[in-house]
Amino acid sequence: MIRVAALLAALAFPAAPLGGCADSDGGEGGEPRLTVSAAQSLQDAFEDYGPRFDGATARFTFAGSDQLAAQIRQGVRPDVYAAASTELPRRLFREGLVEEPVEFAHNRLVIAVPADSAIDGVADLGREGTDLAVGAATVPVGAYTLELLGRLTAIRRRAILANVRSKEPDVSGVVGKLTQGAADAGLLYATDVEGVGGRLRTIELPERLRPEVAYAAAVVEGAKEPEAARAFIDGLLSGPGRAALQRAGFVSPR
Amino acid sequence: MTGGRWFTAVLVASLGVAMVFLTMPLVAIFVDAGPGELISSLDDPGALAALRLSLETTAIALALILVIGTPAAWLLATRSFPGRSLAITLVELPLVVPPAVAGIGLLAAVGPGGLLGDAVASAGLELVFQTTGVVVALTFVASPFYIRQAQAAFGALEPSLMEASRTLGAGEARTFARIAVPNALPGLLAGAALAWGRALGEFGATLVFAGSLGGVTQTAPLAIYERLAGDFTAALALSAVLVAASAAILLGVKLASGVRVLGDARA
Repeated sequence: MIRVAALLAALAFPAAPLGGCADSDGGEGGEPRLTVSAAQSLQDAFEDYGPRFDGATARFTFAGSDQLAAQIRQGVRPDVYAAASTELPRRLFREGLVEEPVEFAHNRLVIAVPADSAIDGVADLGREGTDLAVGAATVPVGAYTLELLGRLTAIRRRAILANVRSKEPDVSGVVGKLTQGAADAGLLYATDVEGVGGRLRTIELPERLRPEVAYAAAVVEGAKEPEAARAFIDGLLSGPGRAALQRAGFVSPR
Repeated sequence: MTGGRWFTAVLVASLGVAMVFLTMPLVAIFVDAGPGELISSLDDPGALAALRLSLETTAIALALILVIGTPAAWLLATRSFPGRSLAITLVELPLVVPPAVAGIGLLAAVGPGGLLGDAVASAGLELVFQTTGVVVALTFVASPFYIRQAQAAFGALEPSLMEASRTLGAGEARTFARIAVPNALPGLLAGAALAWGRALGEFGATLVFAGSLGGVTQTAPLAIYERLAGDFTAALALSAVLVAASAAILLGVKLASGVRVLGDARA
């Protein structure tokens, strides 16, 4: 099992995240190279942070946090794992695959609609003929969506679930379905909506329905650059990473 | 003679490397989880629904490809007309376009906000988030595999066969149906098998254009990707079924039309 897994992982890693990835490779001579596997929703913030981080040349792989966790279980060894949930890194920590995770950012789950949409709140999501795109249950954005639905009445929950037309593997799938006019509404993070400019509009969820969205990062056990990895995570808490996160609309933990 | 020996060694070594590289991942799928584990994790209604959807959508896509692609390939193979090279290149273009780009292109063309979005809607057709959309995506990515092969198969037919048919008074339609198609059958079948295999493995265009919802648009490859995160064994089990199905169709075609199927069509 281990041998085959390592082999699959070795074959898979350079091209692994099928759902939208962006590898940026600075390649400045002499600096250590830091490999960061990060949640798709962190793309804008991390690509902003990357060049400002001076401990190493950071190389990013963005995909659903669940897919990245699965890769780590299959033997892939990035230096840093940053997820859109605290649960996924904590589970890897319990399995001995990453060091103790650190919570570094908060986000908000929101309803996202095309800018010209008439949709105005949760109640409209269950209306007949409203096509919804959401995250799959395994990816954090989908898990948060289920958490939100769990706080609604059974009738409303069923009506909304019946309108779900696609369960996307990561946030960029949901964003794409909305910007292309394929879906009428989706559940996303507030930062995703900011990331696409004026094409999408945010509808805030009432406080009592809003799930707690927290991001956590951890140094991966067996990382090639553990020192730089720790410095990268420190920078997320206080430093250029924190500033980049705030610019992208994330909220820093107190 | 001895001068050729090192070259033979290079050839054998190259083939050996290629064989190991190409078969290793497929073998690993079956070795990583035991057969018992594989079978028990297939006992999942979601996995079976995905397989059924894959079979249905690929069958419909293949039927469309055969009906439209066979006459189109015949035209490309037998007539010369202005723009023929361009037509051939355009038909082959989806082969080199990344599948996700194909999905984006389909959205931009026939999606709700696309160029022909209104026309599609007023025709009462719904594609995005629908099984029909999956068929459209599969047909788009797979048809070049068939048309290319069919064109080569028609092009390789003995001209004397066609002449004989014409001399005996058969029109082109009759010659096409009675002489060309039966004689080119091995090549046509090989092309159909390639197209079917490509459609069965389709991932990116389907996800981007049609989405992913169990029982509606989630084909087997999409179900595999979804399970990758949660249940690796289930992902392996579904993968194993796809590998077995693909191998079976390839083998079936080879047996049905003699071992030289692919070689003939390339001629």
